[in-house]
Amino acid sequence: MLYLDDKDIEQRILAEVADIHTTPTGAYNIRYNGKAQSRNSTANIQITSREDGSGINIDIKDGTVNETCCIPVVIAASGHKETVTNEFNIGENCDVVIVAGCGIHNCGNQDSEHHGVHRFFVGKNSKVKYLERHYGETEHGTSGGNIMNPTTELFLEEGAHVEMETTQIRGIDSTRRITSAEVKAGASIVIKERLLTNGTQFAESDLTAKLVGEGSSANIISRSVATDRSRIKFVSNIVGAAPCSGHTECDAIIAGDAKVLAVPALDADQPDAALIHEAAIGKIAGEQLMKLETLGLTAEEAEAAIIDGFLK
Amino acid sequence: MLSVRNLKYDVVEEQGEVGIIHDISMEVPDGQFVVITGPNGGGKSSLAKCIAGVYQPTGGRILFEDQDITSMSITDRAKLGISFAFQQPVRFKGIEVFDLLKLASGDKQLSVGSACQYLSEVGLCAKDYINREVDASLSGGELKRIEIASVLARKSRLSIFDEPEAGIDLWSFSNLIKAFEKIKRETNGSIVIISHQERILEIADTIVVIEKGCVKAAGARDEILPGLLGTESAYPSCRQGSPDETDENCGPDTGSMADFVKGGLE
Repeated sequence: MLYLDDKDIEQRILAEVADIHTTPTGAYNIRYNGKAQSRNSTANIQITSREDGSGINIDIKDGTVNETCCIPVVIAASGHKETVTNEFNIGENCDVVIVAGCGIHNCGNQDSEHHGVHRFFVGKNSKVKYLERHYGETEHGTSGGNIMNPTTELFLEEGAHVEMETTQIRGIDSTRRITSAEVKAGASIVIKERLLTNGTQFAESDLTAKLVGEGSSANIISRSVATDRSRIKFVSNIVGAAPCSGHTECDAIIAGDAKVLAVPALDADQPDAALIHEAAIGKIAGEQLMKLETLGLTAEEAEAAIIDGFLK
Repeated sequence: MLSVRNLKYDVVEEQGEVGIIHDISMEVPDGQFVVITGPNGGGKSSLAKCIAGVYQPTGGRILFEDQDITSMSITDRAKLGISFAFQQPVRFKGIEVFDLLKLASGDKQLSVGSACQYLSEVGLCAKDYINREVDASLSGGELKRIEIASVLARKSRLSIFDEPEAGIDLWSFSNLIKAFEKIKRETNGSIVIISHQERILEIADTIVVIEKGCVKAAGARDEILPGLLGTESAYPSCRQGSPDETDENCGPDTGSMADFVKGGLE
């Protein structure tokens, strides 16, 4: 197993996955090659190691507002494999932003793997914005794969609101993403997922939102781009077990010899569950390319601009 | 500036090769406002698309500023200074109006103020639109105006508009004409408009009438227009209502004047 202690790699990956350029302010925990490299708790956000050593607990006090908690993970070792469980206990009436990215720099011929479980307990009337970005890079001439398998479990108490944004744009060879949410009365969740695969990459995302309380809602929006010989599978399932509203939308651009499978599912247990799904897969329209070419872009620049906009 | 010589454009359909443009020659001098009109199906839009490079002609030549551009790509023509506003603009999921105007202007640092100016010129209240996506949430009329704004932002030597009035309501029609005049003034360039509208024909320097894939007539406005009035080549403008009743920049999108005027004719 080869370990690199390269500050430049770490800084670059932290910038990619968590937009961190200097020492972060507020609560943070930076995990580097399987170990907590630096950590800071605040008066309202306590970060502690889990007793079994599997990860960290993040406890956020009732009424914590306008605070950010940042817990990026960097793997800069070929062959490093880890499973991490992080648990967020968010009190009532909070308004916080949580940033949790993971980046792999693979410098060798062995696969590097990160399996992360993030479990959120969101208290009554709390608002949480959860940002998760996954990124990978491989040194020239090496063959090690970057594997990322995140599981996110969310439990929303009454009146809570969670907005989750996940982005995986580059360098992850294989991912199996599982997201599930249980949403109680008056609570709402918005999940925005952005995925791009190329080469022979594979990405699978399986999202389930169970709307169990009256007036609960879920909005799942997935946009993905599959190019070359890559494959994407997207499964979303909204379960309406109460008077609720749910919407799931899956849009995919497909190019080259890629394959995309979109499986939106709705499961209504009672008549006042209003659930909608939309799914569309298609290539970039020739008219779209032509329009941007009339603005002076080359075909390649036009395609990049269309994909950038689509995944924004 | 632009010279079209013996242009020919055929398409292959089930019944064989069909001629869309048989033989068109025309000139667009520097700084001229040329309106191409004529009956539907006569080849006007195909001509405009051949000039912009969207269609590849099957015969003849196109010269732009003395350079043969007949085989040139859309991109290369755009870089030389040719802009084209589509009759039916496309939509883009995720690309915002501001993004499109930045791409159009070629200036990644385009200021919000400049972008707003382009939108105001096409009768859109800029603050309501600049961060909107150019997607299905926009009405046909809104999309059409954004398409025109994208061409304004290009400040090209030659701007081609394919039926720009479709989807443009009455109050903003006069703004549209002001916008054309401004392009001409600022770029010292030429404008080619495909249109049936009498009000657009009235501001032309030159009118070219295309029918059945050929030039039926071409010449100065005063020479050509009188013969067109009352025909399919020059629909009268809708004179109902007052363009001044609505705020110039922030009025509602009240629908398509062209559709109203053309109702039942096509």
